[in-house]
Amino acid sequence: MTTLLYDGSFDGLFTAVFEVFEYRYKEVEIISKERFYQENIFAEIHEVVTQNEKSERVLNKLEQNIGRSGIHQLLKVFLSEDPELEQLILSAVQQSVQHPNENILQNYADSSILGISKICKSVDRERHRMTAFVRFEKMQDGVYFAKIDPDFNVLPLILKHFKDRYQDQKWMIYDLRRNYGILYNLENCDFFYPEEKIDLNQYQNKFHEEENNYQKLWQRYFIKTNIVERKNLKLHMQHVPRRYWKYLTEKN
Amino acid sequence: MNFDRLKEKLEILADAAKYDVSCSSSGGTRKNKKGALGDSSVSGICHTYTEDGRCVSLLKVLLTNHCIYDCAYCVSRSSNDIKRVAFTVEEVVDLTINFYRRNYIEGLFLSSGIFKNADTTMERLVRVAKKLRLEENFNGYIHLKSIPGASDELMQEAALYADRLSINLEIPTESGLKLLAPEKNREDMISPMRYIQHGISQYKDEKKIFRKVPKFAPAGQSTQMIVGATSENDLQIIKVADYFYKNFDLKRVYYSGYVPVLEDKRLPSLTTEVPMLRENRLYQSDWLMRFYGFKAEEILDPTMPFLDLEVDPKLSWALRNLHQFPVNLQTADYQMILRIPGIGVKTAKKIVSARRFQALNMDHLKKLGAAINRAKYFIDFNAGNMYLKYLTDKNFRKLLIGGSSSKFQNQFSQQLTLF
Ligand code: SF4
Repeated sequence: MTTLLYDGSFDGLFTAVFEVFEYRYKEVEIISKERFYQENIFAEIHEVVTQNEKSERVLNKLEQNIGRSGIHQLLKVFLSEDPELEQLILSAVQQSVQHPNENILQNYADSSILGISKICKSVDRERHRMTAFVRFEKMQDGVYFAKIDPDFNVLPLILKHFKDRYQDQKWMIYDLRRNYGILYNLENCDFFYPEEKIDLNQYQNKFHEEENNYQKLWQRYFIKTNIVERKNLKLHMQHVPRRYWKYLTEKN
Repeated sequence: MNFDRLKEKLEILADAAKYDVSCSSSGGTRKNKKGALGDSSVSGICHTYTEDGRCVSLLKVLLTNHCIYDCAYCVSRSSNDIKRVAFTVEEVVDLTINFYRRNYIEGLFLSSGIFKNADTTMERLVRVAKKLRLEENFNGYIHLKSIPGASDELMQEAALYADRLSINLEIPTESGLKLLAPEKNREDMISPMRYIQHGISQYKDEKKIFRKVPKFAPAGQSTQMIVGATSENDLQIIKVADYFYKNFDLKRVYYSGYVPVLEDKRLPSLTTEVPMLRENRLYQSDWLMRFYGFKAEEILDPTMPFLDLEVDPKLSWALRNLHQFPVNLQTADYQMILRIPGIGVKTAKKIVSARRFQALNMDHLKKLGAAINRAKYFIDFNAGNMYLKYLTDKNFRKLLIGGSSSKFQNQFSQQLTLF
């Protein structure tokens, strides 16, 4: 058994996949350095140095076989942070190399492929929920700021959505759990990685003066648009699971 | 802006608009222009859900609850003793923009009581949409409720700025409408719809020739029918829906179970339950017509004018058509696989792609997302299926119902005693 250690990046992972083929490893596991604790001191370790040419070669080949949307699905598996993600991706690449003329991602009867399809579904669901549940709060400096804490690492998947939507206001979406965010400054829309955690103390005091009013209006609207005679809390909870309430102005 | 006054208006005018059940913001594709605000995607987004479980994607309000008409089923009717308020055009625009900027909503759904006359009211609605588009550079979703009797010129303008237009039929039959809204006339509701429909098809033709034609109600039209305020049956309702889908190219028909809020001898009493299950069955039938290739006549016929409350319409159809089953998953065409109870559109598609790779079995089917407890009795595999022996059983229906419990069980038992 050979253990390939990579740096945790998407390109690093695909460099590792390349090297599995390059060195003709039979039994392998790919693990990111962060998550690696050496338990088996006899394991054979192969350290992967991320090389974009190698990962691109794999990705180009894959794109011919399973298309851009196929690659996009593998990206979602990567962003899911699932403990099996490396194994699933490796298995998909291996199958795709064996059956270059088929879109192997449609072979739902295979357990890895089904696993990928399930993960994609969960990631998609959360991606969609993040486009819905992000709540911007206007700050004194005019920036619309939103905090999120999603189960999967979906920021890269929602960037385009918000970029298309909000072009005439400055905004920021910040992932509390992973400590990074997206910032749009009316010109560019980029990821940022603060050195330290953003200080959210006194956060409310830095609101723009109109912010509390609009929050209040929205909360009242939320109450008034409900039809009491049709109350169905079970359905409500199904659509808005409790773990998302912390994002929602109308729930606070 | 006077915040407290605005809050009061919002509370009243949201409360009065809430019985309109349509909420969808789908079907529009209004791309953001560079540097502007908003972008509508095809699928639409529900930003939150009310405690009754309905999606909130648009700021849904009335412009005013002043109304010269006296429709029995409506809280804004002139004889109802309530506080009357009206938004200014600026106030609606301001709320829409500020809610949108905070990502609370996809856009605006604006309806209104009829003050003075149809055209004055319609003109005010159009002014809101126009200001949003032209002055605020807003590309989010706008749904305007057209006012029955509004002139063609105003409908034309409305269609240039709104994504979707709708007029609620409210009462499915003409006789019902006469009874509950005697001042309203069905032709006044239908003629603006016809105007928009012509406009939309004309737009499509011109679009083929000229590249730059201004958008014309790009998300189409929809309507709503109240269910249970008058005595029509489900067959009548489905037929009306089908007629409007076919002849007016409607995008959606909404069904709104009547919520008794007003005392009136023409209406069901205040203690009547909201017919949620019936409403749900109508949506299921509607879904079958729009996405599963079912015809209205297949769902109900004159010998059976009400939807089965015990089982969903697809299962009900299957039970009446047992001779079409079992369906072989390996060989049947997609349309027939869609008709198997317990198999939805997504699962059907997956089946058709997965079976190219290998022969499917029950285990695969379960993993592909089918509701096995129903589907298993209706399908066949190349290797056979032991559940098929039940298909010819006299008590098959009982067996099926016993195997699934309805979320409407409570209400269901009440309904049963009614019939
Ligand atoms: S015209 Fe419309 S707002 Fe006026 S009473 Fe009838 S349904 Fe209500």
